[in-house]
Amino acid sequence: MTDTPTPVPSAPLLRVTELRKQFGPAEVLKGIDLNVAPGDRIAILGASGSGKSTLLRCLNFMEKPSSGRVELGGSVVGTERMLRDGRVQTDYSERELTRVRQRVGMVFQQFNLFPHMTALGNVMEGLLTVKGLARELAATQARVQLARVGLADKADEYPARLSGGQKQRVAIARALAMEPELLLFDEPTSALDPELVGEVLRVIRALVDEGRTMLLVTHEVGFAYHFASRVLFIADGVIHEQGTPEEVLKHPRQARTQAFLARHNEFNF
Amino acid sequence: MNHRWNFDAVWANPEALLAGAAGTLRIFAICLVLGLSLGLLVGLGRYSKRKWIYLPASAFVEFFRNTPVLVQILWFYFALPMLLPFEISPLMAAALGISLNSAAFSGEIFRGGIQSLERGQWEGAQALGMTQGQAMRRVILPQAIKRMLPALTNRAIEIFKMSTLASAVAYVELLQQGKLIASIHYNPIEAYAVIALLFFVFLYPMVQATYVLERRLRQGD
Repeated sequence: MTDTPTPVPSAPLLRVTELRKQFGPAEVLKGIDLNVAPGDRIAILGASGSGKSTLLRCLNFMEKPSSGRVELGGSVVGTERMLRDGRVQTDYSERELTRVRQRVGMVFQQFNLFPHMTALGNVMEGLLTVKGLARELAATQARVQLARVGLADKADEYPARLSGGQKQRVAIARALAMEPELLLFDEPTSALDPELVGEVLRVIRALVDEGRTMLLVTHEVGFAYHFASRVLFIADGVIHEQGTPEEVLKHPRQARTQAFLARHNEFNF
Repeated sequence: MNHRWNFDAVWANPEALLAGAAGTLRIFAICLVLGLSLGLLVGLGRYSKRKWIYLPASAFVEFFRNTPVLVQILWFYFALPMLLPFEISPLMAAALGISLNSAAFSGEIFRGGIQSLERGQWEGAQALGMTQGQAMRRVILPQAIKRMLPALTNRAIEIFKMSTLASAVAYVELLQQGKLIASIHYNPIEAYAVIALLFFVFLYPMVQATYVLERRLRQGD
């Protein structure tokens, strides 16, 4: 007999248990359970207002969950304490959330680039301020990231002079520069003109080939099919249906999933 | 009424006017630096979610916005020394009154400028793992200050003009010197006209500069 514990096969990078989120009286997430293993690519689909963006935003604590547990790399985020009535409340310290967010990158629908910094400055910022790298090293690393998203020649441009697609690629480079273990995409192409969607999706697809762990909230059903290792369909704050892209997108069992796909599946895939 | 304009007495003693101008510039510089930096602290304080920071900052703003600067200066000069073990010079009293008043007003400018930034800028910074302080320093303030510049330059002009209130406690600045000249030579018409003109000479280029600044900032967006 040996004392070493048996390693759990592909231990989850992220484990979400009974996650709930309330905004005032409205319960937006009604108990989400989710395991994300390293290398998983999870596409999250659902009608607007279904809670899919809120779920994503709870995972890097842009929104703090009302209850439930989020574990990252095996350790619980926040400090849990038992209330008198037996419920568990989790307190989050800003300091801990700051560390968590360094491990969980996020790409926003509205890019949220810093308009007073060049593309290079945007990508460097986290390296300088958060990681404390020297300016030259940060610049070198940032240039590598910009080259990865095909924007090496735009390093010195300010965001105002970039197209929407270019802005989003800078935002992806900015998130990648922090070397996150998990990357969250919140409708990364929804704010783009149709002709600019492709260049952003190509960049994301290249990340698939690197084996990155990613969660993607999207309306692009066709892309989700090719991108995802698993698809979640969210409705009314719960995971309504999940499975492989083949199962959920080609052969949905639930009526609501079928209705959603009938509305959104404008392209063949 | 036939006044014979005669500026001789005003110009006879240029040192007096120079000393006045130096005094005006000195108190302006002190109040500009103190007023704006304290204003930034107050503005950040009013933005804070912590009650023990937010409440005193708000009380400060309300108190100093709703009491006249002249009363504050007189109180600092005549009343405060009774409560303190040391004397208060005219410059200290006047600078204190004008700076605190400017801090209250510019605090509101800073708060408004910070609040005018989209939530997404905070979130973009936080998502990189920045603390609130880092996000404020690196992302929010640099953009907010650009938006606030026109309002802040207006505040600077107000501070310049408020400096004349220091004459109430006999601090040597332009108006105080004008008053002296007028009372010695019985020429208030010429003396005060020259003082007004001197302020105009200082302020007009400043105001023009703010117009240029505003135009350039608009083009930048």
